[in-house]
Amino acid sequence: MQFLGFLVNGISLGSVYAIIALGYTMVYGIAKMLNFAHGDVIMVGGYVISTCMTSMGMNPLLSVLVGMVACTILGITVERVAYKPLREAPSLAVLITAIGVSYLLQNAALLIFGSATKSFNSVVGVKPITLFDGALTITGEALVTIVVGVVVMIGLTLFVNRTKMGHAMLAVSEDKGAAQLMGIDVNATISLTFAIGSGLAAVAGALLCSSYPSLSPTTGAMPGIKAFVAAVFGGIGSIPGAMLGGILLGIIENLSKAYISTQLSDAIVFGVLIVVLLVKPTGLLGKKISEKV
Amino acid sequence: MKKILCLVLALAMVFSLVACGSDSTTTDDTAAAGDTASESTAEGAEVLKIGGVGPLTGAAAQYGNAVKNGAEIAVEEINALGGLQIELNFQDDEGDSEKSINAYNNLKDWGMQLLFGPVTTNPAIAVASEAQNDGYFMLTGTASSESVIETGDKIFRLCFADPEQGVAIADYIAENMADATIGVLYDSSDAYSSGIREAFETEAAAKGLNVVDTEAFTADNKSDFTTQLQLFQSNGVDLLVCPFYYSEISLVMTQADKMGYDLTFFGADGMDGILTVPDFDATLAEGAYLMTPFSASSADEATQSFTAKYQEKYGETPSQFAADGYDCIYAIYQAAVDGGFTSDMTYDQVAELMVSQFTSMTVTGLTGEMTWLESGAVSKLPQAYVITDGVYAAA
Repeated sequence: MQFLGFLVNGISLGSVYAIIALGYTMVYGIAKMLNFAHGDVIMVGGYVISTCMTSMGMNPLLSVLVGMVACTILGITVERVAYKPLREAPSLAVLITAIGVSYLLQNAALLIFGSATKSFNSVVGVKPITLFDGALTITGEALVTIVVGVVVMIGLTLFVNRTKMGHAMLAVSEDKGAAQLMGIDVNATISLTFAIGSGLAAVAGALLCSSYPSLSPTTGAMPGIKAFVAAVFGGIGSIPGAMLGGILLGIIENLSKAYISTQLSDAIVFGVLIVVLLVKPTGLLGKKISEKV
Repeated sequence: MKKILCLVLALAMVFSLVACGSDSTTTDDTAAAGDTASESTAEGAEVLKIGGVGPLTGAAAQYGNAVKNGAEIAVEEINALGGLQIELNFQDDEGDSEKSINAYNNLKDWGMQLLFGPVTTNPAIAVASEAQNDGYFMLTGTASSESVIETGDKIFRLCFADPEQGVAIADYIAENMADATIGVLYDSSDAYSSGIREAFETEAAAKGLNVVDTEAFTADNKSDFTTQLQLFQSNGVDLLVCPFYYSEISLVMTQADKMGYDLTFFGADGMDGILTVPDFDATLAEGAYLMTPFSASSADEATQSFTAKYQEKYGETPSQFAADGYDCIYAIYQAAVDGGFTSDMTYDQVAELMVSQFTSMTVTGLTGEMTWLESGAVSKLPQAYVITDGVYAAA
């Protein structure tokens, strides 16, 4: 019974990782860049939602919507200002720029919101449920996180496979030049990808801060890194890979905390990553791309 | 054209960030670095120049500002008495060792006669060896690591050491709640937390306490405590010893509450501040115990007057750090008066005077009655408090 509890919490944590990892993996798939500022967009989303709820007294759902809009605008702005001018630059330059944006966001938050950790009021109003005569309690946050995670995954898969814009995204990720020749607006597609990724980051921020209710300018840093690991674990560039990677990572982290050591859980998580990459260098669901000569 | 557009967008981004947060913007006007608290000094009176160092900005800013604010109140009170005048020059070190040394060097140029600070442990260790070599007397109000005062014979401390708290927590539990099933949660990546935990477990074993489970977390993994809490719950823990800082404790409390897990918390002095975490439901902290040398709600007359002055001047309730700062200035003042300090003394003469006074005098301050050993350690005992109706009550 206890095992079930650990498992549910692991899946819940994993769902958050998966939602963040989707942002990493989509941007990588299309723009071929690692957007290290993604974790900090989560933090910005958390602060916007928290400010809406506590200072303006808005209702939680509306606050999350405002957070999503704010993050979407932020994501598109960052892309236009920092990444677009570097589209033809070496990938290293873009990577360094992304790290720069990450620090810019963190320090801007430090300046605006201060360094003190804030407590975050949960956006989830669902009561915890008790199963097996009280042997197992699942918090409302865990339930909602898992449900939202599943909805996001299904929605995104449908969007990519069934809509015109989704097809455009697939085309751009396969071959930018050919896509442009076929009449696809590459820049608009890349912006759309950033918009979706950043909007999802706000959702992830709301869920993350509701389950683990603290908010500081570095809140997004560690989950961002873990989600990046999840994206690589599942095969970076692959949407189902990010979902699988995220959920597996959450489960491994929680079970190793529960049964091996609370101190070593991170070491175990990253150890598993190394082993997987040694066996399958492209990640669990990654495609092997042979370079054309 | 493109560049102009980029610039406009960049500005728009910065502005939108500002706009998002304008409601909760905290302006910290006390954070100005290097301002002096020198008051108009009486003609002909002896003047003691004290150099202060601590973080006024950065992550540990609330500690540094509290110490500085507390010290300034003491300086005002003493200068108003009309006898020995104190000039305090408090420099910002951002909690960083290198910047702390720079601040110390600035203060030397300014002509300080003794050093008060640094506030946080790592800068204190760095500056202590400089001060000892140069021959300055140094009194830190808050750096609790043993290695600070081990640097030399001129380095003194006003707060108790980390292990003493662990021992005190174990002793208190043994006396008052010996039947408790105890769990320990600590930050294994932090010397403060690990130090208290080690001392607690040794003392708990000696007292035969029922410690059933010890779990850890690290600085990189300090948001999700559900697994640790589930383990405690399945082991039947009803008293959780949590020697780490208040921001993490507030998280543990919220997560335990969400799980519907009812248990008693027992923290160290790092838990002081729990009632003022923004947006934290402070009722969750009801009934929690903590160790601290100072409680703003104490009925003691000196504490009441200090708290009132502090609230009037800075608009918040003083923490133990503010009280430590206040006590430091009074301890220095008492030593200077008793030792016959005169303005023309050089810093090494002041150091000699201070060392001989500190090792022989007894000071009664807000944080208790204090005497000092030659090692620079203070003998003062941590006091257990329980949070009742949103204030600390002696337990």
